[in-house]
Parts: sequence; C-alpha cells; structure tokens
Amino acid sequence: MQAAPQAGLTTNDGQPLKAALALATARARRKAFLLVAPLLLFIVVTFILPIGQMLSRSVSNTQFYDNMPAVVAWFEANSGVAPDEAAFAALAADLAAAQAARTAGAIGTRINFDLPGTRSLFTSTARGAAGLEAPFREALLAENADWGRADLWAAMRSAARPLTGAFYQAAVDRKLSAEGNYEAAPPDQAIYLKLFLRTFMLSAAITLICMIIGFPVAHLLATLPLRQANLLMILVLLPFWTSLLVRTTAWIVLLQGQGVVNSTLVALGVLTDDGRLALINNQTGTIIAMTHILLPFMILPLYSVMKTIPPSYARAARSLGATSWTTFRRIYLPQCVPGIGAGGILVFILAVGYYITPALVGGASGTLISNQIAFHMQSSLNWSLAAALASMLLGSVLLLYWVYDRIVGIDNMKLG
Amino acid sequence: MKLPVYATPLERAWAWAYRVICVAIFTFLIAPILIVIPLSFNAEPYFTFTEAMLTLDPAGYSMRWYDNLLTFGMQAPDAMRDRSWWADVWNNATWVRAAKNSLIVGFFATILATVLGTVAALGLARSEMPYRKAVMAILISPMIVPIIITATGLFFFYSNPCSVMGPLAPQDGCGRLTSTYLGVVLAHATLGIPFVIITVTATLMGFDRSLLRASASLGAGPVRTFFKVQLPLITPGVVSGALFAFVTSFDEVVVVLFIGSHEQQTIPRQMWNGIREQISPSILAVATILVVVSIALLATVELLRRRSERLRGLSPG
Repeated sequence: MQAAPQAGLTTNDGQPLKAALALATARARRKAFLLVAPLLLFIVVTFILPIGQMLSRSVSNTQFYDNMPAVVAWFEANSGVAPDEAAFAALAADLAAAQAARTAGAIGTRINFDLPGTRSLFTSTARGAAGLEAPFREALLAENADWGRADLWAAMRSAARPLTGAFYQAAVDRKLSAEGNYEAAPPDQAIYLKLFLRTFMLSAAITLICMIIGFPVAHLLATLPLRQANLLMILVLLPFWTSLLVRTTAWIVLLQGQGVVNSTLVALGVLTDDGRLALINNQTGTIIAMTHILLPFMILPLYSVMKTIPPSYARAARSLGATSWTTFRRIYLPQCVPGIGAGGILVFILAVGYYITPALVGGASGTLISNQIAFHMQSSLNWSLAAALASMLLGSVLLLYWVYDRIVGIDNMKLG
Repeated sequence: MKLPVYATPLERAWAWAYRVICVAIFTFLIAPILIVIPLSFNAEPYFTFTEAMLTLDPAGYSMRWYDNLLTFGMQAPDAMRDRSWWADVWNNATWVRAAKNSLIVGFFATILATVLGTVAALGLARSEMPYRKAVMAILISPMIVPIIITATGLFFFYSNPCSVMGPLAPQDGCGRLTSTYLGVVLAHATLGIPFVIITVTATLMGFDRSLLRASASLGAGPVRTFFKVQLPLITPGVVSGALFAFVTSFDEVVVVLFIGSHEQQTIPRQMWNGIREQISPSILAVATILVVVSIALLATVELLRRRSERLRGLSPG
C-alpha cells in the first residue's frame, strides 16, 4: 500500500521535516541539559539553598516569639497600650515557664540585641519567677525596677513578631526608641553605615591603585615580543598561584614595626629608630596587602584586551600629526576600556568581600564589612544581624556581578 | 620595545622612566614572595635580616625553623632520631598532620569538582544548551559570593543538612556535616567548581566538533568517543582546571574555620592560628615550602597551556 501523499517535505520514514527537526532539537537540548543537571543540582543544594536559608535568618525573629506565648498573646490583643496587670501576669507566667524549659537565656539574648545589658534581667528574674504572686506588677518591679522601663516593653513588643525588619534597621544604624519607633542611633553606636562606606571606599581605592599600576605592566606585556612577554608573565602569575596566607604573611613580615621595610629605612637613616612608620594593623596595611593580592586580577584581563589592539592605529595617528600623548589619550586608551572595565569590576567585587587579609593586617581601622559579619557570627552570636549585613553585602556584590556579566560576559572570564 | 626614529627627546626620557616604573611594579609583585625564603633560614627569631645574614655569615643561617615544623606537637621531640622518632613525626607533629589533612581534603575535593565540572562543561559548550547564561551564572557564583557569606551559609546548612528540605525534613534532623571530612570536602568542591567550569569550557571552545561526528560515523558510541577522542584533546584544560580546584582547596581557610574542627586542621588553618596567636619564623618556613609548591604548580600549568595551544594549532612549537 502506498503512503498518502503529504504536503511539504518528509524524512525517510515519512515524518514531516519540521516535526522531525523539532524532535531532534528537543533531544539535543535535553541531552545538553542532562550533562549539566548533576552539577546544577549539586550547586543548588550545597550552595544556593544554604545561602538563601542563612539570609532568611535576617528576618526571622523566633527566639522571643516561640518562648513567651502569653506575653506575645497580650501584645497581639493590646496594641499601643502601656503594660497593665494582665501583661505583667503574662510575663511572670512566661518567665516561670522559661525557667523550667531553660530558655530564659535565649529570650534575654534576643532583647539584649536591642537593649544591651538586659540579658541578666531575664535570667535572674526567671530564676525566682515561679514564686511570684499577684499583684504581678508590684512583684516584678520589686524584683527589679527595670521591668517598668518603657524601652524594655517596646523592645519586647518588637521581638514578639515572628518576622521582623528590626535587624535590617540595626544594620543601617537605626534603633528602637522607648516609643517603639526606629530612629537614628547615637553617633557613637552608628557603626555599620560607616563600615559599609569604608568597605566601598577602600575597595575603590584598591581598584584605582590596581588600575594605575596594572596598566603599565599589562601594556609592557602586550607589546614585548612573545618570548620575553611569557617570561615576564611568570612574575605576574607566580603571586596569583601563591597561597593567600603566604602573601599576607609576607606583608606582615615586611611592614611590621621591626620588619624589613622599617628596618631598611632606619638603616638608611631615613627614619629614626623611634620614628618607625605604622604600616600595618591600619588602613595602609590593608590597602598595600590587598593591592598586591588583587593586582593579577587587574593585569590579566587588561593584558588580554591590549593584546588584541593593533599597533597600526597608533602609528596611523602619529603619521597624521598627533603627539604621543594625544595618540595615547584618543586612540589607545579608548580601546583599552573593555579591559579596564573587566579588571576593575572583578577587583572591586573581590575586594568588597575580602575577609582574611583585612583580619590579619587591618587592625581596627582597616577591617571591612566581612570582618563585622564574622564577629557577629563567632563572638556576639547575633546571627540575625550577621545575616542582615550579609544580605546587604551579597546584594551589592550580585549587582556588580550582573554589571560584569552585561559588560564582559561570564563566559569571557579567563584564568591565567 | 623599540622607539620609532621620530621619537622626541621627551619621549625617549619617558621610555626610560616607563621601564623604571615597570621594574618597580614587578619588584612590588614578586619581592614580598621571595623575601620570605631567606628569612625562613634566619638563626634568630626575628623577621628582619640580621647583621650575620647580611654579611653572609653561615652562623646567621640555620634550619631550626624547618626542624621546628617537624618537632612541633611531637610527643618526644628530643628522642633519638631513629625509626620511632619519624613515626612520632608522622603521627603527631602538628604541621605534618595539617599537611596530611590538606592533601586528603584537596584530593577528594578536586576529584569531585573535576568530574562534575567537566561533565557540566561538556553540556555548557553545546550550542543547544537551554538557559545557558543563567546556568553559567549560577555555576560560577561560588567564586563571586564573598567567602564569609559562603562560610556562614554552609555552617548553618551543615549543622542540620535536612533543613533544606523544609517541612519534609525528618523531625530530629539527619546528623550533621560540621566537623566532618565529608563536609569540608563538599564545601571545597563547591568552591573549586567555577575554576573547572571556566578552564574546561574555554578549552572546549577550541575543540573541533566534526571530530565527534567522524568518530560516530566510524561506529563509536558516545562514551567511547568521549574517552578516545574528546578527552585526550581537552586533557590540558581539564588538568589545569583540576589544579585550580586543588589550589583553591589547599589555600582555603575561612570555610574550614567555620565548619571544620580541630580534627580537620589544614595547613592554611594552622597558619591562620599561627599568625593570629604568636607569629613565629616557623610560619616563614611553611610559607617557603608553599612558595616552592606554587612555583611547581605554575610550571605545570604553563606547560599544559602551551601543549594545549600546540594541540589546537594556535602557536608553533
């Protein structure tokens, strides 16, 4: 039996060509995706989700909410009312329950974030809370007069919601007032915005220095004959391959008071023995060490762009009467812009998130926002504030990453 | 660099100044790394050149800090240096144990990152790959996200790995990955993957895909084609990606600090502790050894790069 005549072209086995092509393309897409799928799954599960989960802590506010049910219920029923006898009764009941469940410390820690010094108030009152008798207001005030503080009740009200923006408020230097509103923190406590500003200023300074000193080197590498350029390239790549801690150690050794740089200057008579420069444990140390560490990330993209610039353009400009400065400014520099952009953004992204080097050579004035996040993770244990700071940092880095992708393209990232 | 014949005197002067500037910058790049090498042989516990060292007096130099690397943490450092002394070094010396940990973690993290990364790069290099840019952005992100954020996220995740399942998670969790070798290996593999992806996709860009069709037309299946045709040609890229992944793990300290315990003490973590507590010239001895290692790694990668360029016919000889 003969096949029915069909409109259009068909494949050998009688399928319409269009359908066969669609089928083949879909199969090819599926195959390509299946190759990537295991890694994508791995990264999503072990990287993207954990970070998302960590960031969700920045709005999570459950330490007080979960452990003080009666007080939370009172807050929900009475908004904007000064605490009455019922509120104090709820407080006494919750504190007694917290003592039994050993959660008074966690509750106190949460309030302590907003009002430093109040943690012991919760733990000490909770210890005797079971023995308190009505009227609870007087009983609690007799226990500790701080229970009457308006700002304490405002802090508790703010802690009595399972989700909160309080940690973001804290991260932009706003704190809870006694009336329960957020207002700018006093100047001596306003540290985070200054720290963000310092992080961005130092990163910008480091990026700028890297551009200025990376440019001549990249230009030299791009214009020298290949054999010599490859040899000099090793001098750029060796720092790139050397352990970060080794390079940081080297700078500690060089820059410290009794270190090589100071000792050499003293031996040369430039400095007196007690006039040694403070080159480390301050911003100078951070800038010097980080510039050294990030410089290869500037030189390599610049070099790969400069290598593609034909030298004939500059010669043409000269032959048309331009001075060497004009040739550089009008002809050469504009062609380098993609490389400057790529290197600059990369160095800035890496600098903004730097942790190890500032922690070791930065002292008090040269640390960055990452160090503050680590402090809240390891020492103050205010994980929600750490998460809020981290999400702000991550937000700015991702924004820059997006810009990098638009300008350079992630596929064009090269290593060595 | 040759100056053109029409160069003005000012340009000639600038050309010389430019050379001086470049030499200064190269010195800035390389001197800090090289300076630790002589200082690690200092006979005194100082971080600067003593007079004896400057006059090249042999008494100014010693191997005491290298010896210290072996004896630090030993049970009986002063015993006779026989078999049992070396066994003591192997089992108890702090730096030796750190080196073993670094190598173990680095080895497994590299294997994991290289296998997963290479397979994924094969998919990413295909033109049919759907959502290529978005997927690439996700896979590269571990390199871009600040390390402290990664470390914090992994710390919470590894303390209770089931929690990512949300409400489906078992009530009492499913163990933890913090303070385990597995946890550190997984974390380091995550950090190394972007490097493998970048180097292998770059190598695949220069790969002639008609070779695959030729192989298929001669009757080879996809697996055989991969191992017999494609893999040998992209090996330089895969190996340099693996080296990048290994160096990333070998140099990583923040994640180990957050999710590892004393048990998983690696060389960088030991160095970190050393620098923070009391910096001793032993650190310089470790630094010197690491510099030598990185010179070896750099040489390997350079040779591979040249071999790869030769294979792809980009440069002669």
